[in-house]
Amino acid sequence: MNKTITISPSPHLHSGQSTSGLMYNVLIALIPAFAVSVWMFGWGVIIITGVAVVSSMLFEFLIQKFLLKKELSITDGSAALTGVLIAFCLPVNIPLWLVILGSLIAIGVGKMTFGGLGNNPFNPALVGRVFLFISFPVQMTSWPVPKGFDTLIPKFMSPFSQDILDATTGATPLGIVKEGMRVSEGMDNILANLPSGMEMLYGKMGGSMGEIAALALLIGLAYLLITKVITWHIPVTIMLTVTVFTGILWLANPIANANPVFHLLTGGLMLGAIFMATDYVTSPMTSMGMIIYAVGIGMLTVIIRRFGAYPEGVQFAILIMNAFVPLINSYFKPKRFGHKK
Amino acid sequence: MLKTFPMGGVHPPENKFSAGNKIIKADLPETVNIPLSQHLGVPAEAIVNRGDEVKTGQLIGSSKGFVSSNIHSSVTGKVIKIDKSLDSSGYKKASVSIQVSGDEWLPEIDRSSDLKKEIGISGEEIIKKILEAGIVGMGGATFPSHVKMSLPKGKTAEIVILNGVECEPYLTSDHRLMLEKGEEILIGLRIIMKALGVNRGMVGIENNKKDAIQHFTNLAKQYPEIEVFPLKVKYPQGGEKQLIKALTGREVPSGGLPIDVGVVVHNVGTSFAVYEAIQKNKPLIERVVTVTGKGVSSPSNLLARIGTPVSQLIEAAGGIPENTGKIVNGGPMMGKALNSTDVPVMKGTSGILLIPGEESKREQSSTCIRCTKCVNVCPMGLEPYLLMTLSEKEKFERLENEKVMDCIECGSCSFVCPSNRPLLDYIRLAKFRVGNIIRNRK
Repeated sequence: MNKTITISPSPHLHSGQSTSGLMYNVLIALIPAFAVSVWMFGWGVIIITGVAVVSSMLFEFLIQKFLLKKELSITDGSAALTGVLIAFCLPVNIPLWLVILGSLIAIGVGKMTFGGLGNNPFNPALVGRVFLFISFPVQMTSWPVPKGFDTLIPKFMSPFSQDILDATTGATPLGIVKEGMRVSEGMDNILANLPSGMEMLYGKMGGSMGEIAALALLIGLAYLLITKVITWHIPVTIMLTVTVFTGILWLANPIANANPVFHLLTGGLMLGAIFMATDYVTSPMTSMGMIIYAVGIGMLTVIIRRFGAYPEGVQFAILIMNAFVPLINSYFKPKRFGHKK
Repeated sequence: MLKTFPMGGVHPPENKFSAGNKIIKADLPETVNIPLSQHLGVPAEAIVNRGDEVKTGQLIGSSKGFVSSNIHSSVTGKVIKIDKSLDSSGYKKASVSIQVSGDEWLPEIDRSSDLKKEIGISGEEIIKKILEAGIVGMGGATFPSHVKMSLPKGKTAEIVILNGVECEPYLTSDHRLMLEKGEEILIGLRIIMKALGVNRGMVGIENNKKDAIQHFTNLAKQYPEIEVFPLKVKYPQGGEKQLIKALTGREVPSGGLPIDVGVVVHNVGTSFAVYEAIQKNKPLIERVVTVTGKGVSSPSNLLARIGTPVSQLIEAAGGIPENTGKIVNGGPMMGKALNSTDVPVMKGTSGILLIPGEESKREQSSTCIRCTKCVNVCPMGLEPYLLMTLSEKEKFERLENEKVMDCIECGSCSFVCPSNRPLLDYIRLAKFRVGNIIRNRK
């Protein structure tokens, strides 16, 4: 027998699940969308994602080591995940220095100023994305046209050559609808300029790198649900809310409003609902709270898309609802056993 | 659909290595060390002196007050010491040491294995005899059984539930007892029902013990008032409140007792002890103890006399494996780590678990990522992450409002936390401090 035996309070058993394990599972769930993105937009996707991941981890390391002088935690996978999510909400022809700047804002301002993992009120990747979106609107909204299945070998678009800036650009489906509404075309005219439903499902449309492939993102959702990384409450409720809200608008006036399927498949909705809104740190702690939060995100997204100045609203909707999470947590408690409600 | 409790719960690996191994009698030890406090409540008072000769089954400690219990000698021999000694609580407590010279039982105890079905005595006499026989809850909580059977004024019992859940991983003592003493356990249940004036009995058994469910379903056919229910496997279903909810849908109110919803719950081991006390005149002097663990060479279910040193039972199961890092009295979820194997088997000792070194230490804990897993698994609807934070900050008033006292200490939150946070440690601390504040208020 060992000379020393451990004395500790119960339980003497642990599930074996770790924080980094959860983060890596989320990264695995992002692989299908990543693969579709590489196929559609070429090798640039890999380069930008790589730069975002490396710079996010590097900034976290530097801040923890030299500014906060805290224990290092860059191997927990959370900085890498933030990096991937930043990359996923950028267009593929973005200059690399903006990717690095976005990572610095996401990690530095979005995460480390609040004390690092677990303490940040806002989703760090979205903080980075919104900073870039507001500060560099031109670079953030010139969307390359996806190559799609024209070639099985993705075209090499070197981020260091002019190639990437010369690539053909076009508007996103949401942008097309917004512009069409502005010049008051009818929805049937606008629809003629849009990709087909099938193309939107597998991802042949303009948009940020990781948001175009609805089907691939849904496969990621299935993986996250099966591995119990997240529960259904947030993603399903957001999708349902958007469906119901846009459905009502569409039924009321099909000339002025796009149908719910269009809203579900376009923009950052799937990426936001599945991977951004479900961020553990910045979402509510109870099932009821999650549903309230998700309804809020769905409603705000549709309001911004339909009535706001921007074509897309998911990013702002999530950040706004992030701010309500502490309030939601203090109002929506679990059903306590043995207490009457 | 199998019944289960609706809220929370976890699925730790079952590892019931000893489930197929019959109960075997452990050898009589050279000396037994019988603590006078093996139950919740006031310790018993020794009524023997050093040098006295005692027989097996003889009363050596008499209960003091209502919530207390009698203690009997489990062997025949000479009292060599009445002093404080270490027991499985980790503290030194008053106990009686007896040097074993033989095994001569008191003549009134019926040691035959004949099944005795007829219940010849009244409800009141049953409760009196259960008190005399020193029976306590054998699932581990060791609450004196006669107290549970004496209804408070104004309360009536409608259902008696037998707890055959054994949801702790590794442990198999209840499982084996159900397979080998099923008839006796059901008669015990009928005795308890008679004492409480109840005509409805339920037995809850988790579905990982299909043989026991089958056996009990067959046996229960002769008693129309008793129903056997298979339950979906989920920890902590053996918790009294969870089991009542699973079987009856009734919810014991916060701070209340099962009797508040008309239910009394007893463990199958207790029911067997009740059978032996009433039908065979035998006090509680032995129990089944599972000795098990990943490195244990022959995981066993041993029928051991109370007071037998734990070390002897471990030897009987093949000795302590080389790499053992922790020795637990009870199961891995709620059991208590022992600091010595010299401690005696007590009435609440359901198992001895030997945990290998690599599993005995906790991982380094890290910051809470608010993943909600602790909230989702809590069977009481609490928010462990919040309770821990409040406990660290000593916010006792808020802790009380967040119902910290409802915690049943099942450990599901600590088990599931991906950041390895010591949630239950801090919640226990909070319960202790808040409990003191509430008591001082009165």
